[in-house]
Amino acid sequence: MLADSACRFSNKFSMGKLKESKVMKNKVDLNNRDDACWWLIHKGVKTTFLSISLFALLVRVAVSLHPYSGAGNPPKYGDYEAQRHWMEIAINLPAKDWYWNSTTNDLNYWGLDYPPLTAYQSFVHGLFLKLFDSQSVSLFTSRGYESYFGKLLMRWTVLSSDVLIFFPAVFYFILAYFSDNSSFRKSDIAWQIAILLINPCLILIDHGHFQYNCISLGLTVGAIAGICMDKDLVGSFLFTLALNHKQMSAYFAPAFFSHLLGKCMRRRNPIVEVLKLGLVVLGTFTIIWLPYLHSVDALLQVLSRLAPFERGLYEDYVANFWCTTSVLIKWKRLFSVKLLKFLSFTATLSTCLPSMIQQIRVPSNRGFLYGLLCSSFSFYLFSFQVHEKSVLLPLLPATMLALDEPSLFIHFLHYALLSLFPLVVRDKLVQAYLAIYALTFLIINASNKGKQKGGAFHSTRVLFGCSLFCSLILHVVYLVVRPPERYPFLFEALIMLLCFSQFIFLAVFSNIKQWTVSKAVPLMHKQKLN
Amino acid sequence: MEDHRRHQQEDISKAPNPRNPVLQLLWFFAIAACIKLLLIPSYRSTDFEVHRHWLALTHSLPLSQWYFDETSQWTLDYPPFFAYFERFLSYFANIVDPRIVHLQKGLDYNSNTVVYFQRITVILSDLCLLYGVYRLTRNLDPIKRKLIWVLVVWSPALVIVDHLHFQYNGFLLGMLLISLSYLEEGRDLIGGFVFAVLLCFKHLFAVAAPVYFVYLLRHYCRGGFVRGFGRLTVMGSVVVAVFAAAYGPFIYHGQIQQVIQRMFPFGRGLCHAYWAPNFWVFYILLDKGLSILLRKLGFSIKIPTGSFTSGLVGDSSPFSVLPQITPLTTFVVVLLALSPCLIKAFKDPQPRMITRWVAYAYACGFLFGWHVHEKASLHFVIPLALVAVQSLEDARHYLLLSIVSCYSLFPLLFEAQEYPIKVLLLLSHSSLMWLGFSAQFDKGESIKQAGSKTKQQHVQTKGSVTATGEPFRIRFIEKVYLVGLLVVEIWAQFLHPFILGGKFPFVPLMLISMYCSLGVMYSWIWQLRWILTPTN
Repeated sequence: MLADSACRFSNKFSMGKLKESKVMKNKVDLNNRDDACWWLIHKGVKTTFLSISLFALLVRVAVSLHPYSGAGNPPKYGDYEAQRHWMEIAINLPAKDWYWNSTTNDLNYWGLDYPPLTAYQSFVHGLFLKLFDSQSVSLFTSRGYESYFGKLLMRWTVLSSDVLIFFPAVFYFILAYFSDNSSFRKSDIAWQIAILLINPCLILIDHGHFQYNCISLGLTVGAIAGICMDKDLVGSFLFTLALNHKQMSAYFAPAFFSHLLGKCMRRRNPIVEVLKLGLVVLGTFTIIWLPYLHSVDALLQVLSRLAPFERGLYEDYVANFWCTTSVLIKWKRLFSVKLLKFLSFTATLSTCLPSMIQQIRVPSNRGFLYGLLCSSFSFYLFSFQVHEKSVLLPLLPATMLALDEPSLFIHFLHYALLSLFPLVVRDKLVQAYLAIYALTFLIINASNKGKQKGGAFHSTRVLFGCSLFCSLILHVVYLVVRPPERYPFLFEALIMLLCFSQFIFLAVFSNIKQWTVSKAVPLMHKQKLN
Repeated sequence: MEDHRRHQQEDISKAPNPRNPVLQLLWFFAIAACIKLLLIPSYRSTDFEVHRHWLALTHSLPLSQWYFDETSQWTLDYPPFFAYFERFLSYFANIVDPRIVHLQKGLDYNSNTVVYFQRITVILSDLCLLYGVYRLTRNLDPIKRKLIWVLVVWSPALVIVDHLHFQYNGFLLGMLLISLSYLEEGRDLIGGFVFAVLLCFKHLFAVAAPVYFVYLLRHYCRGGFVRGFGRLTVMGSVVVAVFAAAYGPFIYHGQIQQVIQRMFPFGRGLCHAYWAPNFWVFYILLDKGLSILLRKLGFSIKIPTGSFTSGLVGDSSPFSVLPQITPLTTFVVVLLALSPCLIKAFKDPQPRMITRWVAYAYACGFLFGWHVHEKASLHFVIPLALVAVQSLEDARHYLLLSIVSCYSLFPLLFEAQEYPIKVLLLLSHSSLMWLGFSAQFDKGESIKQAGSKTKQQHVQTKGSVTATGEPFRIRFIEKVYLVGLLVVEIWAQFLHPFILGGKFPFVPLMLISMYCSLGVMYSWIWQLRWILTPTN
């Protein structure tokens, strides 16, 4: 009797599976019409993408109504003023003077400390500002310039960069990653597009706080799309651009390096392939750095601007290893900067190493995404001078992996948002933060993907529930309670501790996942590459 | 056996809809609420201060002075229930920040507390709209239901008027929808009651009163003279009771005349400051054209002294050739335009038609009314959303109408900051609408199957005609019109200031309202034809 029912059960189960696979193959799967977004997807990926991106743009514009960092806060203001100042410098001085301290360019007042591509971007945007509001970028007199129209113009430069770079890159990534992957349902792809485009952290930092992360991240996404489509040269070109827009893109460099190396080694002439890639990278670098190649001095000056070691091992309360452990070990006081540089370098590299080795041995598209996640996690947790905003970098590959790892992504997103919360409060963006937090999780939960909690996360659900509850409490406490006088940064430290504990767990988890997932499908990819 | 079958049926009816529709609807609402919350810091019109002042007024003054107060230029000109509503809100406002409800200190108060408080009351009062939509759609099949939710709950026009410009239309339209839902169910007494309440909130909704009257007279008060008369008495006493509750206190204080004067300021002109896209735009333009033409021909035409917007001052007519338009004229024209619908309602009062009739009444009021605001187009666009999914023709018409009415609201937000917001609201909603309609009507075959399934499951499906097999496409002429809309926008927003500079600053707005009134006229004719078609 028991056996019979068990048999029937298994039969039913296999029937169910069969049905499921049928549904997956069926292009217009009707069984899924109750899904909230079913009608979004019936016209194909392009239309879906278009309508979602319109909505994503609306969200961005709405967030951009809110204040930017350092609004009305002299004398140094914030990142908004920094970007505006770079535009001012870029359009008023020749390119060779941008990184040098001079009477016209005071590097102590928001001196340019990003690679040349950022400077070029500032130049273009500066021209745009000059066209409509020349006052806002005039040399010297425009310092601390704030106006209704000036703010709008600046906001529109970020919006346009988003539309021109990030959105198309995401579109190509979707095409590249899902074109050969028939195991995903169409509504899942719509979900993936939505969470890639409506990334609350990115929107808050770019359109609220004010930065241009969408450019470097967009270029990175484009590079990943290129590599997923087997256009390695395009991919490495785009990634070099990303690297030259923000040096932080180097967080992804180990993954790119190891994946491309692994791929090359599988081709007929590994050395030729490596040379080709090297040539593209070097060529791109040369073109971008052309104004600074005339002398070693100029080159070194720019490089010294890009690596501000004097600013210390960490800043504020970032949820990485050094800052968190500094509660116990006063790194900054005990060790010299030189030693710390060495320590952080070895720590970063050694934690990257497992995922790099994996990608060199068995490169695969999925493994590549995991590799990106692992290496950016290593950099975020262990490298020198990390900002809280750098959490955007590991968040990007986590978002791209969201269909494979929904629970990892959702969990990560909660704490990435929490880690940004002190910054958000400083910038007076709390209301935008809460609204977009709610919006994202409504969208995530609209699909079944967002609700399924599987794998390693299932067994520890209670634990995660608890930490999530702590995060909620911390939000409220941080807003409402005044910290005790002896420990004015008590709550920042608590937020940091909680986030760090989650991040380190996620980093370990993703490393393990990279090794176990890719084991399952190495052969297929080997064949494909030959 | 019978029992077993019933069980099976119940099983099936549960199966396709595992998730609770209320939760789903709340999801739609929550998404919209998040966007509205994000939009809080945006531009707000003087209506914001108007409503703030009303909060202060109703809080600080005794009822007997509400309609006499002149502390601010924004005197109370809504019916009493709205004043009571403001009194209710002011109770919370006082807790949040006492300065909001202070009569003098609160004037032009614009701190964060007051902005957040008032904006959030609008967002929350939209729950009324949500309930109305829920009542009207709960028996529809899930796909249509969602489409309607998208059309109403995510309506960009409502966001522009309520959450940017600042008003409480969502709340009031919600009451209209609740009333319609009761009428559709055949529960006329409650429907009439809710409508009477609505009239005491905002008297502009009275345009549909003739339709309500005729319909209720013929549908509710039927069944012989005695029974009919009895029911008429019941309905009459309900309505009188509602009005007594609203106006009673003011009658008691002997102020009814003052209240009426405040509510109907006929001192205002034929058109609002920005001409609503209605029939009178053509009338004015015709007059201008004729006067120029006649002057060219040698006739001596006096240049009119009055203006269209500033009301009737003395005897001076703002028109130089065509006859003067008085409030009475517009009243007669509206009634004339309504008459086919009234006759239809008199002859054959059908519950399933009431939404269309009421929408048509508001369309007439919008096209031919006196001093119409562009915002009044919401009064017929929102109810029409509920019938838009019934047939391909309906969907086509609604797509166009919704775009036109939303576009005609653009001049409300004239600052640069809101420009991308209004454009993106319109574009994203139109794309959703288009996707939704084409999903509904394109795959006729597959939907027919699904539709027949759901018909078995839901015994009570309303408006079940879907699958026509014909794909959802926009007609050529409609496409041309929409492209023209784009051209008008580009001219008004970019080319005109660029080419002509500061000259003729009124031309862009005139152009927009003229072009939109073409679309609204088309919609009106379409609705009229639909009502007159004998098969319906």
